[in-house]
Amino acid sequence: MSTADITAEHHDDHHDHGPAKGLSRWFFTTNHKDIGSMYLWFSLAMFLVGGSMALVIRAELFQPGLQLVEPGFFNQMTTMHGLIMVFGAVMPAFVGLANWMVPMMIGAPDMALPRMNNWSFWILPFAFGMLLLTLFMDGGAPNFGWTFYAPLSTTYAPDSVTFFIFAVHMMGVSSIMGAINIVATILNMRAPGMTLMKMPLFVWTWLITAYLLIAVMPVLAGVVTMMLMDIHFGTSFFDAAGGGDPVLFQHVFWFFGHPEVYIMILPAFGIVSAIIPTFARKQLFGYASMVYATASIAFLSFIVWAHHMFTVGMPLAGELFFMFATMLIAVPTGVKVFNWIATMWRGSMTFETPMLFALAFVILFTIGGLSGLMLAIAPADFQYHDTYFVVAHFHYVLVPGAIFSIMAAVYYWLPKWTGHQLNEGAGKFHFWMSFIGVNITFFPMHFIGLAGMPRRIPDYALQFADFNAIASVGAFIFGLSQLIFVWNVIQNIRSGKKAEAKCWEGAEGLEWSVPSPAPYHTFTTPPQIEGAK
Amino acid sequence: MSVAADTKKLVARLVLGTVLMFGFGFAMVPIYNVFCEITGLNGKITRTGESEQPLVVNQDRTVKVRFISVFNEEMPWEFEPMQKVYQVNPGQMQQTAFVATNPTANNMVAQAIPSVSPSEAAQYLQKVNCFCFDRQPLDAGATAEMPMVFFIDPEIPEHLDSITLSYTLFDITDQQQVAEAKNDNNDKRSTL
Ligand SMILES: [Cu+2]
Repeated sequence: MSTADITAEHHDDHHDHGPAKGLSRWFFTTNHKDIGSMYLWFSLAMFLVGGSMALVIRAELFQPGLQLVEPGFFNQMTTMHGLIMVFGAVMPAFVGLANWMVPMMIGAPDMALPRMNNWSFWILPFAFGMLLLTLFMDGGAPNFGWTFYAPLSTTYAPDSVTFFIFAVHMMGVSSIMGAINIVATILNMRAPGMTLMKMPLFVWTWLITAYLLIAVMPVLAGVVTMMLMDIHFGTSFFDAAGGGDPVLFQHVFWFFGHPEVYIMILPAFGIVSAIIPTFARKQLFGYASMVYATASIAFLSFIVWAHHMFTVGMPLAGELFFMFATMLIAVPTGVKVFNWIATMWRGSMTFETPMLFALAFVILFTIGGLSGLMLAIAPADFQYHDTYFVVAHFHYVLVPGAIFSIMAAVYYWLPKWTGHQLNEGAGKFHFWMSFIGVNITFFPMHFIGLAGMPRRIPDYALQFADFNAIASVGAFIFGLSQLIFVWNVIQNIRSGKKAEAKCWEGAEGLEWSVPSPAPYHTFTTPPQIEGAK
Repeated sequence: MSVAADTKKLVARLVLGTVLMFGFGFAMVPIYNVFCEITGLNGKITRTGESEQPLVVNQDRTVKVRFISVFNEEMPWEFEPMQKVYQVNPGQMQQTAFVATNPTANNMVAQAIPSVSPSEAAQYLQKVNCFCFDRQPLDAGATAEMPMVFFIDPEIPEHLDSITLSYTLFDITDQQQVAEAKNDNNDKRSTL
């Protein structure tokens, strides 16, 4: 059956199984597109909330001295900003993209477990509602940093820590359910002929990410459960007085934490691997090596966690092992960057908004990767540890890394979702403002970090004043330019030129074979896969 | 097999994986402790009791052993090593003591947690008898001498010529009372 037939057939009975009317559509929906959209809206809301907190931080740091907020509140801001951005903005955005795109990319009618899909989304607003409400509690919100090291987060924590722990449990349950759903969809719902090695890379990277989630989110749940027991039930997992060990907390946390950073970047690799070939009008260079590189990164992510802990007093052998294992990750990552560049080599490139974000991703993520390599050098890390250099590093991999890839994905697939062509002017304006803002914000942090400014402080020595002022200006440019994005997306939903089924000339993949906007139900009959018998 | 049955099986396996990884998080606690015991990673002293073989004292070198006392949070006790630094020959038995005073008006219980630095040296320091890990009660205003006998393993590598042993003193009066209350409850229950 050709795509035209599918569409035609679809048009006829569209009214029979379209979305339900009113609010109940969103509460009870099991449709992967509805749930994907809700994830993305939720993520956008959290991105704006977490971003506002970042602006509070940057406003306070604009000048040395204390101007706007109390140091205690400042600590709550850094903590909540990190938690909300990691668990509320980046992860749900990727899950939303997976919900929307994975079934369409593999020719499945929906996710494998649609009812559970509804649950995994609707847990999130409650988890984050609870987390945000801690801001209004006596003693304030969590203030111990998003890494919540014990005993700061146990013995010395505000009372709200218990709500923080429950919130983490809930978001963990949500992520695990989402991950199980994605694995089941990818492994069991592929259209006939869609072999594993024919899957688009976004599907591959999500399959591997889902396995990472299933492996480490339970460990996170475990570590917060241990905290809960230390706080309320008199155990001493992390309490030295009772024979426990605070360093153990860091081991368990980072056993989760390092794979977590790949959870936030592997889907980004998949997105960029979809966008660059489209706008270079060439096939992705080295598809198989991309798959193997992703798998090796995922494997290596389990044996490098202690590079976050070089200064806790590890034996020399440990420092060397974690240093070299970490550096090894640069090899598969380098393969990926090489492949993206080779894909563009002699391609006929055009620079639409999604491509601009994808290109910025490749360049700026590589900068973040290189500062990561510097941090991996154990003897040098003693100087960089807990300074703004670390802040610069992980913001380079998360903002122009993960966030830019999400922006790229939204711009790339928005016409497919809304049926309207992109407003390129507004998109490019958003891109350039973001690109400039992000670099003004985070590049100077490298220098103040190397000069010795510690992270998570509301006040600092005079010699850091200039670079901090520059970074704060950049942060407001970046933050405000996201309003262009919000405006652009809303405009695109409401109006715009009609988008064709294949709205990007060089795009390939099943999602472009269905009309734009994608009908409520797609691939109720499995599509014919090219080259399949 | 149908897709639904396949999915059921796969989901069951993934849920099992989730449960196992949750267990693994907790299993990291004993794994970590065993690992530390073998490597001395966290500077905890694991060697206690009498030496297994008769010790051969190495007269050719000495190791400097320094004692430090640290107080945790609002621990009001006075707690000091009797002598701060010892030069000992590896294999030589050395006796020392810490002096603790409880200046408060309350009877209190404390616990001292030792830590060796560099952590590599932890496995060469053996305590023949020691007060640590024993709950140390002190009545209001009382002073006690807490003796300790230790020696350095003659196997200690050349480059370790200075060892610091620090004791952090924790106030565990409250925990102790909770534990006693629990025991009392249990006793009462058992008599019922
Ligand atoms: Cu890491």
